[in-house]
Amino acid sequence: MKQNIAFWNILLKDMKNYYLKPPNISWGIIFPFAWMLMMFVKTKTAFHIEEVFSGIVAMSILFGTTSMLSVTITFERKSRSFERLLLAPLRIELLIVAKITGAILFGIFNSIIPVLFSVLYFKAMVTNWTMLVIGIILLSIISTLLGLFISVSAKEVFEAQTYSNFFRFPMIFLCGLFIPIAALPVFIQPFSYLLPVTYGVDILKYSITGDNSLSIVLDLALVLMFCFILFYTSLFFIKKKWII
Amino acid sequence: MKVNIIEAKNLTKKYGDFTAVDTISFRVEKGEVFGLLGPNGAGKTTTINMLIGMAKISSGKVYYNGVDLTRSIKKAQEIIGVVADESNLYDEMSGFDNLCFCGSLYGLTKKERENKAKKLLNTFQLNEAANKKFKAYSKGMKRKLTIAAALIHHPQILFLDEPTSGIDVASARQIRDLIKKLNEKGTTVFLTTHYIEEAERLCDRIAFLNRGKIIKIDSVNNLINESKDEHIIEVVLDENFSDKAQLSAKLNEKFTYLNCQFKNDKTIKIISIKPIDISPIVQFLSLQNIFIIEARLHRPSLEDAFVKLTGIEIDLMKKDKEKK
Repeated sequence: MKQNIAFWNILLKDMKNYYLKPPNISWGIIFPFAWMLMMFVKTKTAFHIEEVFSGIVAMSILFGTTSMLSVTITFERKSRSFERLLLAPLRIELLIVAKITGAILFGIFNSIIPVLFSVLYFKAMVTNWTMLVIGIILLSIISTLLGLFISVSAKEVFEAQTYSNFFRFPMIFLCGLFIPIAALPVFIQPFSYLLPVTYGVDILKYSITGDNSLSIVLDLALVLMFCFILFYTSLFFIKKKWII
Repeated sequence: MKVNIIEAKNLTKKYGDFTAVDTISFRVEKGEVFGLLGPNGAGKTTTINMLIGMAKISSGKVYYNGVDLTRSIKKAQEIIGVVADESNLYDEMSGFDNLCFCGSLYGLTKKERENKAKKLLNTFQLNEAANKKFKAYSKGMKRKLTIAAALIHHPQILFLDEPTSGIDVASARQIRDLIKKLNEKGTTVFLTTHYIEEAERLCDRIAFLNRGKIIKIDSVNNLINESKDEHIIEVVLDENFSDKAQLSAKLNEKFTYLNCQFKNDKTIKIISIKPIDISPIVQFLSLQNIFIIEARLHRPSLEDAFVKLTGIEIDLMKKDKEKK
């Protein structure tokens, strides 16, 4: 019971203090909208929305969650308010889950605009809505965990931003967001399969067009495996580096 | 019978080859104010961090209420409140919300934490600033709210790391009064400070820590009494004296049983193992056309005990801390 109270209040505090701030809400709306618009202008009104739908959803989630979590945790560590959380009689696993839940929800929120825009305005067809929801949730979790992993390495807020970009921008090209992995040079393709976002994007593609490069079961298994690895690796480093 | 609320046995913290805290042992009795005093780098914060679970213990044991919690300090976190050496609450939240949030971390229900937050704001005279954002608070107010936040779950032990460092005199005084009142109400206080006067005023027992080792632990009175083996008089001259070394030498030559040294440009500190007769000194100085405007008996203080036991000059310690 006590742990539950702490969990919910950490989550509520983060939502109120960081994710529900007007600049972040507007980021969640404007960023995907700008990308949709760019695609629209570039292709001079006629383009297959299904081709870019998964990429824009993935990018909105990836850009929203990774930097938000890494920046907020680094900021709290810098101001030492994170110490307060570490000093609470709360299991560290639960504390980290509370911290990442806010970012996961933010990632899901970020995906709503491109989904609504694509479906309602561009009349995109979604073949499997359940898998789309699962894909969005898993992609939000994996992107958030990448943010957590970055926050363990960063000491300053600017470092968190830099590291986030270091991970994110190559992923746009490597993870099949807009360019199919099969179209990448052969020597680059192995790198694509080392990145968890690749499998999240593949789930989105499956849910929208039904056409993905790997088996959906393998995609789900690999995303879950990466979630597990990233969570426990981050937790290991948190215990090692923050409780010195 | 005195009950030990904390007992540390051979506590050691190593960072690679460097030993920050070296096999220290001490106990903190229930209801007392225990002080850890030492210069920068002595190992005060590392010691606190080991006790509160923010640093891993390299070797040794920690007991809370007689239970060995060395490998499970998390369990002790329910009964401790910690005030770090910086005010580390959330800038964007109001004072009231900050307190309520801290209460929630200890599992207090909404009603419990709101009631406790109101009471604490009242105790710490922060009612009027309750709805102001933390970032709008003055340094003193921030410090007070940080202490209040550490008390929201009614801890048995309050750890205070440099509670009055960097705040104005009035706020520091208020905080010291609050610490005293809290202690009177039964909260055990574990305090680190580099302000010796503060330790002298607040603590029941003190441990002098230097280079990771405890030099001495005793009650404040016992520590002061130990440094009473010297008699000290401070003599203030009517004008600044430039050739201090020469005058000191002359005095030491004339009065071989005394140790005379300039404390500053106008003040000579005279130390003797016997009671000091001031009249021959006054006479000697007036023959040199040097006149005394004040002579005061220097009562031994905790500072003297500290200097004697550690060999560290307090002014250096303060300057070092201020630089940090």
